[in-house]
Amino acid sequence: MLTNTDVVGLEDQPRFQLPKSPTGIDGFDEITGGGLPVGRPTLLCGPAGSGKSLFALQFLVNGATRFGEPGVFLTFEENRADLVANTGSLGLDLDGLERDNRLLIDVVTLEPESIVETGDFDLEALMVRLAWAVEKIGAKRVAIDSVEALFVAFSSKPALIRSELQRLFRWLKTQGLTAVITGERGVTTLTRHGMEEYLADCVVLLDQRVVAEISTRRLRVLKYRGSMHGSNEYPFLIGVDGLTVLPITSLSLEQKVSNERISTGVFGLDEMLGGQGVFRASSVLISGTAGTGKTTLATSFVDAACRRGESVLYFSFEESQAEIVRNMASVDLDLARWVGQGLLHFHCERATTLGMEDHLATMQRLVKQHAPALVVIDPVSSLARGATGLDVSAMVMRQIYYLKSAGITAVLTALNESEVVESTGLNISSLVDTWLRVVTLEASGERNRGLYVLKSRGMAHSNQIREFILSGTGVRIVPVYVGPGGVLTGSARAAEETVERDLVLGLDQKAAELATALEGRREAVETHVAALRADFETEESLTKRLMETTEERRQALQSDRTEQGRKRTVASTVKP
Amino acid sequence: MTDEPKPERLHLMLFISGASPASAQTVNRLRGLCDRNCPDGYELEIVDVYQQPELVSSRGVVAVPSLFKDLPLPMRLLAGNFTDEPAVLAALGLPTTKDE
Repeated sequence: MLTNTDVVGLEDQPRFQLPKSPTGIDGFDEITGGGLPVGRPTLLCGPAGSGKSLFALQFLVNGATRFGEPGVFLTFEENRADLVANTGSLGLDLDGLERDNRLLIDVVTLEPESIVETGDFDLEALMVRLAWAVEKIGAKRVAIDSVEALFVAFSSKPALIRSELQRLFRWLKTQGLTAVITGERGVTTLTRHGMEEYLADCVVLLDQRVVAEISTRRLRVLKYRGSMHGSNEYPFLIGVDGLTVLPITSLSLEQKVSNERISTGVFGLDEMLGGQGVFRASSVLISGTAGTGKTTLATSFVDAACRRGESVLYFSFEESQAEIVRNMASVDLDLARWVGQGLLHFHCERATTLGMEDHLATMQRLVKQHAPALVVIDPVSSLARGATGLDVSAMVMRQIYYLKSAGITAVLTALNESEVVESTGLNISSLVDTWLRVVTLEASGERNRGLYVLKSRGMAHSNQIREFILSGTGVRIVPVYVGPGGVLTGSARAAEETVERDLVLGLDQKAAELATALEGRREAVETHVAALRADFETEESLTKRLMETTEERRQALQSDRTEQGRKRTVASTVKP
Repeated sequence: MTDEPKPERLHLMLFISGASPASAQTVNRLRGLCDRNCPDGYELEIVDVYQQPELVSSRGVVAVPSLFKDLPLPMRLLAGNFTDEPAVLAALGLPTTKDE
């Protein structure tokens, strides 16, 4: 488990501490808060083949090439030709460094069979040689690989050898030389010959084990006087760049946080994630059983990133690049285009061929090389096979922190063996920022895919399950129907949609019918009204006529009466 | 040279650390031993490690005093101050006088 002791920041160091000499070995300087103690000898213990010589050499070569400190390599183990040949493949140019006087290799050949002890002696000559070499190139670093040879050559006098070595180390200290001394591990004692009593400033143990047929190397800083150090065992790897201790970050939980949101590439999913997608440099876990579309969903992230012009590293532990590109093309995700533009790089490797440490070391190396904005690990669960339980979680955790601190968004897929358990078996679900789960929804004789957001830190997110559809036109997220029988997906949903559509259609029709009916009624009424009006007009004109006639008659009558009256008046006035 | 299977003369190179009394004693012991046991003489070169560190390196000297028997072959390396005389004689290929 990652503990506070793993991660050593400069602010954690005790006030008065030894100055440190950086080794330049990936990860080691982080564990030790800066490197090895300056001007002191460090004991590097381990069995044959554990990487001691390489560590010592890298310490010197890095010192010479990167930190301006020439070094002397005193070796009892290999001859010069082998040394140059073996390290050439790791990119260490020993010949060149020797020509520039930045490195001096002194090969000590001891043939025990040809040495005859004739009395008392000491190892002054060795020290003279070393002193001469140091002075010749102005060395600041020394490596002695390995002191075992002395004990073997002068096997009758182990006490003498020990005391002479003590004298040598004292000399190294007075000269202010930072030294790496390699030796074998003992069975009951720390070192085979009990050197730890006086080499107690700093002791590093190297180890190599075979677990489940995969060999794993481990390193542990056992003791480091005057300094804090990560106290755990750290896996390390010997790869094409030499020794790498991994996976280590030197940042604790304090890293800069991004508020930028990036699209998942699927509109419906962005919607479920607060409407904007995930945070940049966050970690996203997509888990689900086999065949649920995890890779496809991860690839959407890839597509979205490439569209933004960002570079992506895709680590695939189960499928080849060709398979993935072909499969994704069937859902309209054109990965070949991004590969062609150099934005997308694949690294495909069967999980079972190498130990987990190798995979993670490769990842770190490629991440450093390509500096991507997004990394996909598909699936992270396959890394767990063949590694011991606790180790896996711790190491995946470190990798996630490593990516996060580098500002890289991480998309991990994980296979669940069964639907029931909401766990990836890796215990990393608590570490990731966003956890998407793809499930299979079975109903009405069909299997459809559903997706829900189990968690997404720092944002409001949907708690609904949505249907997740992969088709030739792409990836879609659609809302599900919740019918009386529960969630409906697939054709049941389609059927429900049809029913609704029909219903709506029916209602539309009804409305149309009613409108038509109303129209009809209006027309009818208006016709009726027109008829009534026509009648009325006739009546009106007749009545008017009648009124006119009546008026005429009244006037006629009136004039008659007046006439008669006048006549009567005239008649009465005419008499005999 | 003659065809006789005569033992070759010893060619020796001795490395000592400086001119201390101990070094002087070491040299004396060796000389005495060789004088007594090499009737045909011997070649002895004495090297001070402090004076010639390159030679120390090129000859691969680790212990001191170190005596290289370069001739006759095979080359032998004797480490120590010659207090164990039988061992010295055996290593140099010189006949040892047997004690009763």
